[in-house]
Order: sequence, then structure tokens, then C-alpha cells
Amino acid sequence: MVRTVISALVIVLWCIAPFYWMIVTAFRDVGFTYDTTPWPTHVTLANFETAFSTALGNHLGQAMLNSLFIGATVTVVALLFGISAAYALARLEFKGKGIISGAILAASMFPGVALITPLFQLFTNIGWMGTYQALIIPSISFALPLTVYTLTSFLREMPWDLEEAARIDGCTRVQAFRRVIMPLAAPAVFTTAILAFISSWNEYLISSQLSSDATQPVTVAIAGFAGSQPHVEPYTAIMAAGTIVTVPLVILVLIFQRRIVAGLTAGGVKG
Amino acid sequence: MSAVTEVPSKLSPPPGRAGGRKRGGLNEAHGRWASYLITPSLVILGVVIGYPVVSAIIMSFQKDAGLDKATGLFVAGGFAGFSNYAHWLLQQCVSTTGVTSACPPGNLGAQFWNAFGTTFFFTAVTVVLETVIGMWMALIMNRAFRGRGLVRAAILVPWAIPTAVTAKLWYFIFAFNGILNSVLGAKILWTSDEWAAKFAIIIADTWKTTPFMALLILAGLQLIPEEVYEAGVMDGASTVQRFFQLTLPLVRPALMVAILFRVLDALRMFDLPQILTGGGGGTGNATTTLSILVVDQIRQGFNSASALSTITFLVIFIVAFLFVRFLGANVVQTQANQQKGVLK
Repeated sequence: MVRTVISALVIVLWCIAPFYWMIVTAFRDVGFTYDTTPWPTHVTLANFETAFSTALGNHLGQAMLNSLFIGATVTVVALLFGISAAYALARLEFKGKGIISGAILAASMFPGVALITPLFQLFTNIGWMGTYQALIIPSISFALPLTVYTLTSFLREMPWDLEEAARIDGCTRVQAFRRVIMPLAAPAVFTTAILAFISSWNEYLISSQLSSDATQPVTVAIAGFAGSQPHVEPYTAIMAAGTIVTVPLVILVLIFQRRIVAGLTAGGVKG
Repeated sequence: MSAVTEVPSKLSPPPGRAGGRKRGGLNEAHGRWASYLITPSLVILGVVIGYPVVSAIIMSFQKDAGLDKATGLFVAGGFAGFSNYAHWLLQQCVSTTGVTSACPPGNLGAQFWNAFGTTFFFTAVTVVLETVIGMWMALIMNRAFRGRGLVRAAILVPWAIPTAVTAKLWYFIFAFNGILNSVLGAKILWTSDEWAAKFAIIIADTWKTTPFMALLILAGLQLIPEEVYEAGVMDGASTVQRFFQLTLPLVRPALMVAILFRVLDALRMFDLPQILTGGGGGTGNATTTLSILVVDQIRQGFNSASALSTITFLVIFIVAFLFVRFLGANVVQTQANQQKGVLK
């Protein structure tokens, strides 16, 4: 028992310590960047000001809006098409279902690097480089399979007898779905939406190549965060930017912890 | 809980048992509905994945357009045969006059096998570490103790942080004057020394993805009925015996699927090395993975880059195939069986 608790403490410490260090550094005066005191010292909000300042060519605020916009669009599109496909895969019996499930699973594991070259050329040719659609379209390629796959797993667990009952009471298939199943499936859809949004929010490879200063998402903005002097990394400001980007996500994940874990293990989502 | 999906068909109801709903003529109606409902998604995937893949393959058989050094004229390319593939696999460069020779040092083509080796090295080491540590974490979380909820919450933190932020966070931890060197009392050049840079990537990746592994394994562990262990205890099996003879075989299907997902993910590793070390370290490319090499190549010629991305894709595909074929990580089959089982 004691050993279990000690092991558990080690796990918690290992998972939290780097995150904790990011937050402590984010609030630390830039002159004390390398201070090793484990608790907050030289507390200041200046780093957050620097993080949002555009004077050095950083666009964190804009990037956050971009990520929100891209993530929201990708999530809505993925749900719009994914719900119906997931319903069919979970609920209907038809030829070729195994193959289609397999293809969708394979698509969710598809390496982004195989898409980047042709998309780079295509978007250059049609003048889409640095546009929002150039970032949204590739994101759909992994958000949609993920949505279908996760949602199918969730929908298979639904009490479908209720749909049957509704149809006996005179509902059409569409009515039964909308009035009975949709409300029951709402939590599953919501969880799937969070996972799709996170996957889009975290995307870096494709965005780093296809975005411009005006459309870059947060991942690209933070990776390329510039300081006032060349070769001097503005660590405290970067940690502040990281904190701003991460803390809301962590809170969201912790609130919906149970459902997200269920969704993750059901969908085998990419890390 | 829907975690059941990934998991061993052994433990879920046998396929096709649940009877009732299947009636004559229903399948046809189902098929029509299914085609209406699924086609839009398939069309979209065809456009956003199918089109780029096919066009990458076509592009990989064409010559890169460029300036002919002899004449100073712009040459449009044309059919290249397998020369773009030979460029990577055999380090052959074709000059604009059509002469094939070994690539000069510094040419990206010369980095292929290095990147290939680095990618597999990262994959092997990170997946082994993540599996062992993930298994340990899952076993701990599967026990009943006060504060288990806290552990399960904490474990989601690394997962929730975007990889790009993770990379910057560890970049700071690994800084020369950073906390890690201070704690160790060392002066290690974590992002530029060859092996230190490799291990910096491995450490950061392990931190970021072990929780995901632990959660997938935990989902498998939770399906093992308590009675199995009770029987084991009664038969006098030691803790170690119970782990190797009961837990491991029973959790194996879930474990294999988790490992497959991680391997496929690790083989395309990009964000972490790109941001943490820029693919550098040692003499300059100690942490360049195949994905980084593709991105480096894009601006130097789409067709060579297409050949490389096609090679990378094939490598990942072959590894996935071998996994499913020989190690029993049969995701699709498990999935299909379960669908049959659940569908009434």
C-alpha cells in the first residue's frame, strides 16, 4: 500500500513537474530566468506582456484567434460529416463495412508528411499559400477519420432499443435519430468535438509550412517566438506564451477527464 | 465504457451471438442508407488524403524543374523513372545534363540512411521506454488507493500540452544554464552534443506520450476480471508469476494495439526534434528524422521531396503491415468482430 502511494507520487511528480516549471518561469522576472528556486520568486506579469507584444514580430494574440478559428471550423466540418458516417458504421449492417472501418482507421493513422509536398505545390500553384483554407483542409484529413472512429465506438454503446421503440410509435428513421438518439448521443458528440479540436489545435507540421505571419496557429507562433536579441532565447516570455496556450486546455481536459479518457481509449487517438 | 472497443474479442461477447434484429430484406435498406451516410465522408477523405497521395506518387516519377547549368535555361523536368528514388536510396544525383553520379556531401540525398536510422532508433527506444513505463503506470492506476483520481488527472497533463509547447518547455529545461544541468550539476550540451541531443528528444517524447500509452494499457487491464487474480492467488502464484502468466497474456491484445499506434506515431516524428534541436546535434544532423528531411527537401524540389515522402509512407505502411501480420496487433479485425458482435 505504502509502495503504491509512493509510486503514485512519483508518477504525479514526473507528469506535473515540467508543467509546473513552465508556469513558475512564466511568472519570473527575466533577469532571473535561470533561478532554480522551486517555488515562485521575483514574480512579475511582464512576461505575459512580452508574449503578447507584437513589437518583435511575434503574433501570439492573432495566432490564438487563428487557432480558435481553424480548430472550430475543422471540428464543425468533421462533426457534420462524421456523425452520419459513424451512425452508419455503428448502427447499420451492410456490405464492405469492415473495409470502410479499416480504411477510416488507416486514414486516422496517416502520416501528415505524406501530404505536405503535394499540398505545398498545389497551394503554391493556386495561390492559397498562407490562407486559412490551406490550413483547414489538411487538418480535416486527420480530424474527420478521428471523429468517425471515436464516435463509432461511442455510438455502438448507445441504447438503440429506444430508437426501435420510437419507430414503432411512428417516427421515421430520421425523426427517431433526431428526437431520441441525438439528445442521448450529445455527450459523446461533445467529447469527440473536444478531441477533434485538440488534434487541430496541436497540429504543427503542416501549419509550419503552409501558414503565413497572419494566419499562423499558436503552435507555429510559439515554436518561432523571437526575442529582442538574436541568439538569446526569450525563455520567460516563451514560457508565458506556453502557459497561456496550455492552461485553458489543461483545465478543459481535467473538467471532462472521464469522457476524454473514454474517448481516447475508444478511438486510439494519436498522442 | 466504450474503452472496450480496442480490446480482446475474447473478453467481449462472441460475434454474432446477439440475435434479434436481423431480418430478411433489412440489409438492402441498410446498405442504401449506409451509402448515403458514409459517401460524403469518403469523398472528403478522397479529396484531402487520396488526391495528395496519388499526386505525390505521380510527382515522384518526374524530374525536378530547375536551371540547366550548361545552358542557363529553365528546364521543365519530364519523366524521371526511378531516379528520384535512387537519389534517396542509393544517394545518386542526376545532373541537368543527365549524368548520374554519387551525391556530393552536404546534399540532402546523402542524409537519407542517416535519417532512416535515426527515425528507427528513436522509434525503438521511445516505444520500449513508453511501453515499460506505461505498463508500470497502468498497473499502479489499476490498484485501489486514495488519491487515484489525482494520478489519473495528472497523467492527462503531458498529453494535453501541444507537442510544440512541450518542445519549447523541454528546450528551456535542457538549456545550458537550465534546471536539468543545475539539478544534475552537469554541463551537458543537451541540444547540440550528438548523443545528448538524441536523448533529449527521447526524454521529452517519453514524458509527453507515456501517459497516452498508460491510458490505453489501463483500459485493457480494467477488462481483466478480478476472479482471474483471485484464482491465481489461490493457486499460489507469486506477484511476478501473476504478472507474466495472467496479466500480460490477457492484456496483450490491447497492448499490441497501443504499441502499434505509438510505433506509427514515432515513425513520423517531426514536431519535437524540429523545434527542440532543429534536427541538429553532433556534426549537424544527429536528430534529423525522415519527416524533417522531407520538409527540408520541399523547397529544394517537389519531385525529390515527393519520392522521399512516398518512401516514408511506404516504410510506415510496411511496419504497420508486419505488426498486424506477425505480432497480432489486429486492429481492423478486432474492430470488425466487435461490430458484428454489437450489431444486433
